[in-house]
Amino acid sequence: MFSMDLLLGAVLLGVLLGCFYAAVSVGLSVSFGLLDVPHVAHPAFLVMASYGVYQLNESYDIDPLLAGLAITPLFFLFGLLAYRVYHETFEKRGSDAAVRGIAFFFGIAFIIEVLIILQFGVDQRSVSATYIGKAWRFGEMRIPIRQLVAFAVALALTVLLAVYLSKTFMGRAIRAVAQDEEALRLMGANPVRIKQFAFGIATAVLGIAGALLIIVAPVEPTLDRAYIGRTFCVVVMAGLGSISGTLIAAIILGVAESIVLTLFGASWAPAISFAMLLGVLAVRPQGLLGR
Amino acid sequence: MNKRSHSIAFWAGVAVFLIAVLTMTQIVRNEYPFFAGYVILQFIALAVAWSILGGYAGYVNFGTNAFFGVGVYTAVALFKATGAPLMLQIAAGAVVGMTLGFGVGLLTLRMRGIFFSIATIALAIIIETFVMNWRFVGGAAGIQIQRPPVMAPFDSYVKMLFFVQALLAVTAVSIARYIQNSRIGRGLQALRDDELAAECTGVPTLKLKLVACMISGGLISAAGAPAAMYLQYADPSSAFNLSYSVSALAMALIGGTAHWIGPVLGAILLGSTQQLLAVTISSEVNVLVLGIMLVLFVVGAPKGIIGLLRPRYRLRAGGKP
Repeated sequence: MFSMDLLLGAVLLGVLLGCFYAAVSVGLSVSFGLLDVPHVAHPAFLVMASYGVYQLNESYDIDPLLAGLAITPLFFLFGLLAYRVYHETFEKRGSDAAVRGIAFFFGIAFIIEVLIILQFGVDQRSVSATYIGKAWRFGEMRIPIRQLVAFAVALALTVLLAVYLSKTFMGRAIRAVAQDEEALRLMGANPVRIKQFAFGIATAVLGIAGALLIIVAPVEPTLDRAYIGRTFCVVVMAGLGSISGTLIAAIILGVAESIVLTLFGASWAPAISFAMLLGVLAVRPQGLLGR
Repeated sequence: MNKRSHSIAFWAGVAVFLIAVLTMTQIVRNEYPFFAGYVILQFIALAVAWSILGGYAGYVNFGTNAFFGVGVYTAVALFKATGAPLMLQIAAGAVVGMTLGFGVGLLTLRMRGIFFSIATIALAIIIETFVMNWRFVGGAAGIQIQRPPVMAPFDSYVKMLFFVQALLAVTAVSIARYIQNSRIGRGLQALRDDELAAECTGVPTLKLKLVACMISGGLISAAGAPAAMYLQYADPSSAFNLSYSVSALAMALIGGTAHWIGPVLGAILLGSTQQLLAVTISSEVNVLVLGIMLVLFVVGAPKGIIGLLRPRYRLRAGGKP
């Protein structure tokens, strides 16, 4: 039955969920929002990171968050490589290449999905840690500690990246390249190297985000499909490239999903993010907080 | 050859193909070739239909599965409600697909390419979720379909479906060929190369894109409509399977989208490889092969197989006949 407590609980869980969504979307906010790369394989990279964390946790009993941190440098290098390939084959060749760039990332996403299936099978996988499985109770409400951990780490990650992009020299260079690539070139900087570095950062963040993904709930190889909707919904709603907007948009999505889940049940949940995405695209394509 | 004799050759080829298909259904006793052939013909229809919007206009549609699933479920709902014959189911599927294409186009075709692509994925998931919650057609669990008795001159339902799918593939190819050689096709190519320039020179870009989206959507839904009869079963997660999207897109891009023959070649090549692999190896490897081929082609051979066969194809296709 509908009650105020129930709604309040849904909103609170939604905020926690939303911050987690911000963490998984913030990389896309850089790669797609700032760099304009049609990175539809972003969620596939994310799920791949989760499986990396799972493997480390399973074989060496490493805490999932530490495991996530451990694979971050690998993902940074992977991002550098991915951008290099994308740039050489598509960006350099001009407008006609855009179509194939999208198809390229779509193909990559599928390859990753199948490779994960071949390696780990289609079953769900989860990690073990001391904070997984317990919950705090506040009267009627029950908040899993895994949600709180994910919330705290996600919030820290998003804020850190926002500070990095606005305060450090390299961060400002990344935002500059997003604004006017030509101007940077005229000033003697190499925009391609900055973009490559930025794409590396955007991919490296996925190491931690992937750890959060598998902490919050078990993962399966095709999970990336649901996250295409969530991550792009957040990034588009935020207004392309706005990191603070990403946090706000992600919380809106999290609360919306949580409320629908409470009121209508789980079978409608997958459509929420996609419906919101369509709505934003149709009504306000520059995003709620567009630049 | 001039344009007219090209046309005669094309229609003669179509006639020969359909007669061959019909003869095959009368002579061959074993049903397996028809089972496998149906799938390949379906992929031809999907890839050609996809390339009308994705190839000519350069708008990458990830939502082939949305249109396919809508075709399947239009047929299922109509069949369950009224017991309508197959041809009526297909026609209804096409109409609903076109309507959907119109709606999607209106909503998203003003946007840059990538947003259109993302929006089509979104659409697929939303429609799938609705169908999952739609009790009348079985919800998430799916629905069994009892095939009606087969009509003469066919002696089995699969053979009839094979012939019907051949008709659909031929329809898709004829329409794609017509569009390619008409004002619509030239307009689409112009907006694909530079949308702003096309708009400025008076090409009605939005109208053309809408037409392309409607035709493409209608053809995909029509090709999907007989699938429930083919499988004697329909469920949301297989009717809206994302692999239809990858397949259609990959086959069209691997074949090459500058000419209608490209998607046909891509579908025949990859479709038959898939049928062979499905017998010998797992279905995962199947998708893997498709994905790797797609990536290799978009990186290494942007104009697809027809680009490899005839390096300066675009010059000839774009030049005077």
